[in-house]
Amino acid sequence: MKKIFYKEWGIDSPKYWLILAVLAAIAGVGGLAAFYMEHNGHWVTGMNNQIVWGMPHVFAVFLIVAASGALNVASIGSVFNKKIYKPLAPLSGLLAIALLIGGLLVLVLDLGRPERLIVAMTTYNFKSIFAWNIILYNGFIAIVAIYLWTIMDRKVNRYYKTAGMAAFIWRLILTMGTGSIFGFLVARQGYDAAIMAPWFIIMSFGFGMAIYILVLMDAFRRDQRPLGDAVMQRLKNLLGIFVAANLFFMVIYHLTNLYGTENHAFEAFILLEGGIYTVMFWVGQVLVGGLLPLAILFHPALGMQRSWLSAASLMVILGGLATMYVIIIGGQAFPMSLFPDKTIIDTGFYDGVGGAIAAYTPSLPEVLLGIGGVSVALIITVIGMRMLKILPVSLEDKIADPHSAA
Amino acid sequence: MSYRIKLKGLALVVLAMVMSIASVSQAGPNWRETTNSKAAESARSGGQCVRETQWMRNNHMVLLKKDRDFTVHEGIRTVDGSLSECVACHSNTENGKHVPVNAMEGPDGKQFCASCHAFTGVKLNCFQCHAAVPTE
Amino acid sequence: MSRQRKGEVSKQDQPDQNRRDFLKKSAATAVATVAPGVVLHTAQATPRNEPVTDKVRWGMMIDTSKCADGCNECVEACNEENGLTAYSMPEGADESTWDQQRPKWIRTVKVQDNLTGHVTNLPMMCQHCEHPPCQDVCPTGASFRRADGIVMVDRHTCIGCRYCMMACPYKARSFIHENVDIKPSLAPRGKGCVESCNFCVHRLDNGQTTTACQDACPEKAIIFGDLNDPNSEVSQALASYPTVQIRADLKLNTGVRYSGV
Repeated sequence: MKKIFYKEWGIDSPKYWLILAVLAAIAGVGGLAAFYMEHNGHWVTGMNNQIVWGMPHVFAVFLIVAASGALNVASIGSVFNKKIYKPLAPLSGLLAIALLIGGLLVLVLDLGRPERLIVAMTTYNFKSIFAWNIILYNGFIAIVAIYLWTIMDRKVNRYYKTAGMAAFIWRLILTMGTGSIFGFLVARQGYDAAIMAPWFIIMSFGFGMAIYILVLMDAFRRDQRPLGDAVMQRLKNLLGIFVAANLFFMVIYHLTNLYGTENHAFEAFILLEGGIYTVMFWVGQVLVGGLLPLAILFHPALGMQRSWLSAASLMVILGGLATMYVIIIGGQAFPMSLFPDKTIIDTGFYDGVGGAIAAYTPSLPEVLLGIGGVSVALIITVIGMRMLKILPVSLEDKIADPHSAA
Repeated sequence: MSYRIKLKGLALVVLAMVMSIASVSQAGPNWRETTNSKAAESARSGGQCVRETQWMRNNHMVLLKKDRDFTVHEGIRTVDGSLSECVACHSNTENGKHVPVNAMEGPDGKQFCASCHAFTGVKLNCFQCHAAVPTE
Repeated sequence: MSRQRKGEVSKQDQPDQNRRDFLKKSAATAVATVAPGVVLHTAQATPRNEPVTDKVRWGMMIDTSKCADGCNECVEACNEENGLTAYSMPEGADESTWDQQRPKWIRTVKVQDNLTGHVTNLPMMCQHCEHPPCQDVCPTGASFRRADGIVMVDRHTCIGCRYCMMACPYKARSFIHENVDIKPSLAPRGKGCVESCNFCVHRLDNGQTTTACQDACPEKAIIFGDLNDPNSEVSQALASYPTVQIRADLKLNTGVRYSGV
């Protein structure tokens, strides 16, 4: 393996500024949407007292989970010492920070009182996993920044293994914390499961890798840098394994729920009778997010083609959003089991008359805010790649592959 | 679980900001001379209610912040910093109706809170929840 | 006074002691009188002076056999008391969406047993658990349980994240989705925070011992009082009749118990 050189992203200046302008416009619209929601109050959204977390949270949790997974590539290089991943590490770190900031921005701007963020950052109830997450998320940004520094600065390069290990452990705790947001809730049948924490970790691997692959391929293509199969095949195989693992955890979750009679109604809701939630589950989570990418990635011919790899990555991302929708919104839509073996026939507060699920229609401000967060993440990535020596000059096989003959 | 953990440094910074800003500001043009709130009448005859005036100008936010915890967490309602009592005293009446104590317009211009807070540019959000007129 | 703070001017030094007392009494009376829509209280308003302790644990017993079909008195009384009806739908809102966004601190629920067909009516509100999940999950500690058992939201610290609403096993919490125009003086509430039944804490702190819903129920199905006092009406009722907690398997030791469910 030859020495790897890194260079700033070299696309033409007008193209760069155009990309930034488009992303900034989208982010700006997201910001306006957030202001609109905050100024008028949340009545302008589709969220209500039954579905309290909606599209912003779908996007935010997805971005945060993906952020942790995006660091995977760097971890495999630093913690597990796989040489071929080492040149991929700086982009991995940058993407992790960018996605996390994008996700946090969406989460924070959706708060009922976003001006009280400083209260949230100085007053803690340490029994709350949310409070721990505030520390974990901010710490993640700091630790990954330090990790990037140790990778990129020769003077502190000797600390990169320690920083890499610290980032790896921190990221696992962070994703466990994110999964536990739902896993710790006893109130709802869709949550209250210990598997949420490790499942979110596995999900993060897939989402992060898919985004990483897309960003890497696009950045290299635009700057006409060579990207060899040695690297891409490995990333492809990893993505496939992560998607398979995600399906495995999903199966365990549902099978366990299906075993106990207590949860039969909830499973029937997700798997059969939930309308949009059932469609999102089977088509979004299972098919588009799981089976189809798996088939493509391990297909002997299709798996070799870059365009199919891009398509599979995009599917994993869309499937990930669908998964979040089913978990977050589906989990809230299912009526709470206040009176087991009784049916509610009338209520003043939408408790699920006759087992009816709570209604939720995503509203435009919510979706715009979510997309704005994605934009912010991309802005940070684009600026980072342009200003810093993040991207290797070349990842062609004879340079990147440690086993190549040349 | 009892009280939340607080950063003392932040409280000190807030206090320093309040003191530095409030010490520069004035309580609006002659509100003592001309308005008809109970507090103005008391001030004209040389009285004070909760604390002496300059102390209040510097530290009313600290008082409010401590007292709100006494009221919410400990249920103490007699604390003399109770916001509804402030409002009852400091709001002017116009044509028999009370004017909101944070209004930008009213008898003699900006009302009690706005007369300083508009100048200092410190946004009040107390009255997003608390009534700005006394209950009668 | 029981609370001495640093820098507080001692009583002897204050020039206008009489004026201060007068202002305090008149303000206390003003506070105790009628706010828009607030039910007139009895004149005995003695605001609490000392911090609450756990000597008292407020609780409730609801006799569902007395809860009348189609009756909404407790709901309307609660709405009046806490200012929940003092505003209207925001302009431009969709009626059915708004109906799911308006706050509800207490609601009536009608359940039918799947096997026997027996129908029960009951009011459902915050259960004031001893181990409230909403308190566990609140990142800032705004959702808390007071020493006397009342579970409530400190709206000064609430950031509006709605995690407590996800966590509540009784779906008791509401989020204020809109600007509040008319704010009740005794029960301040505003946009962007979460709220729920607080056992009419403003009445309890001012010396009363009943909640609005209890007073309003024509059938006396709601009995409220001190669970720690064996002679209180609620303790005696709980000792005489079999009662259950809703979702007892969660082991939250709720302060509200139901008989006949």
